Amino acid sequence: MSYLGDVATLARKDLRLELRARDTLPAMLLFVVSTLVVFHFALPEGADEVAAQGLLWVALVFTALLGLARAWAPERESGALEGLVLAPCDRSAIWLGKAAAVFAFLSSVELVALPAFALFFGSVDAATVAGVVLASIGICAVGTLLAAMAAASRTRELVLPLLFLPLAIPLVVGGVGASVSSEPARYLAFLALYDAIFSILCWASFEYVVSE
Amino acid sequence: MSTSSPSSSTSKSAVPALAALAAALVGIAIAFAFYVAPEDADQGISQRIFYFHVPIALTAYACFAWGAVKGLLLLWRKDERYDLESYVAIHQGTIFGSLTLLTGSIWAKASWGHWWLWSENQLVLFLVLFLFYSAYFMLRFSIEEGPRRANISAVYALFGVVLIPVSFLAIRLAENIIHPTVFTRDGPQMSGVMFLTFCIAWLAMSVLAYALYRLELLGKRLDSNLRELRELLT
Repeated sequence: MSYLGDVATLARKDLRLELRARDTLPAMLLFVVSTLVVFHFALPEGADEVAAQGLLWVALVFTALLGLARAWAPERESGALEGLVLAPCDRSAIWLGKAAAVFAFLSSVELVALPAFALFFGSVDAATVAGVVLASIGICAVGTLLAAMAAASRTRELVLPLLFLPLAIPLVVGGVGASVSSEPARYLAFLALYDAIFSILCWASFEYVVSE
Repeated sequence: MSTSSPSSSTSKSAVPALAALAAALVGIAIAFAFYVAPEDADQGISQRIFYFHVPIALTAYACFAWGAVKGLLLLWRKDERYDLESYVAIHQGTIFGSLTLLTGSIWAKASWGHWWLWSENQLVLFLVLFLFYSAYFMLRFSIEEGPRRANISAVYALFGVVLIPVSFLAIRLAENIIHPTVFTRDGPQMSGVMFLTFCIAWLAMSVLAYALYRLELLGKRLDSNLRELRELLT
């Protein structure tokens, strides 16, 4: 089977698991809407729209963390990761398949979150949508690898946000810049640069995270 | 499984000499910073912390880079001793990084009257790095010792050196730049003595970091050898 065929099979496995068990996606959806409602009460009367734009990114990053914490749970609970590592496919395909599945979940959540945000707090412009798409790629690429690291540790869900948030700061900078700046192009370019650099790094180093 | 390197017998004798050299150099740097370098016309006495703040920051970067190089060597050559070396380098880097935050904070208070300024790009970068490398220790100590932990630590160390320029760019994009730029493309804007003092301080901090690195490595190797002996006895 070709490399992309392996990736597609692995991603399809995750999507099928999710369709059958419905563990992660409903939780992420409910979480992002609840967070937006909490933000309405966290923003005092008279707070400007720019502040709300920043909070959108907080909501997205934390929702992604919720999904990422569960990303490797099926493999861990049934001890399937060893099997996947031994399978005759390139190990980076495991990472790419998982990142694609996580991206599918996160995009579905954003399809709900962005209209909900527009409904609650005002408009969402094209630059914000582009920023969300680019940042989601980076979140999924880096987050999937870090989640695999965290899955190998005793503390698991506890350590993942600690690993992820410092690496997510540039994404938040790029995303918020794209949302609020009058010239979003350079922020979008920065997000694309981040995606390219970290995707290559994750793709090259995943093998070492899962093997001994 | 042996964690001691072939050169451990020679390094034992080198560490006291290195420590003495580091102490002497730090002494000379302090003397130069306080008594030889002329007082800055603009900032007065508070500018003298520059001779410690900037060299410490540069040393911290060097330690993180050293840790990443050792991590890369581990992934490449699968030699277990690089794991401990990478860890110790990052440990030293985190210590020097904390010192950078501390001295930078003091400098900001003396110069601008605030302990913390978000407009200080370098300080913000060090805060991000401090959080990132603190998570390194959380991760490392929650994984069972073995090749898996060594690999994961090495990959995380590599992420660190990539994060440094990316974060730097991000912080530049996020903030306008008011941090005083001493080095420009035309060379340092310092008098000769000031530059000499800076170089001595930089050398002193580098040697100090290296001495601490060797010392910690020696202690850690001794620990693990002792543990192996105990396991053999029981």
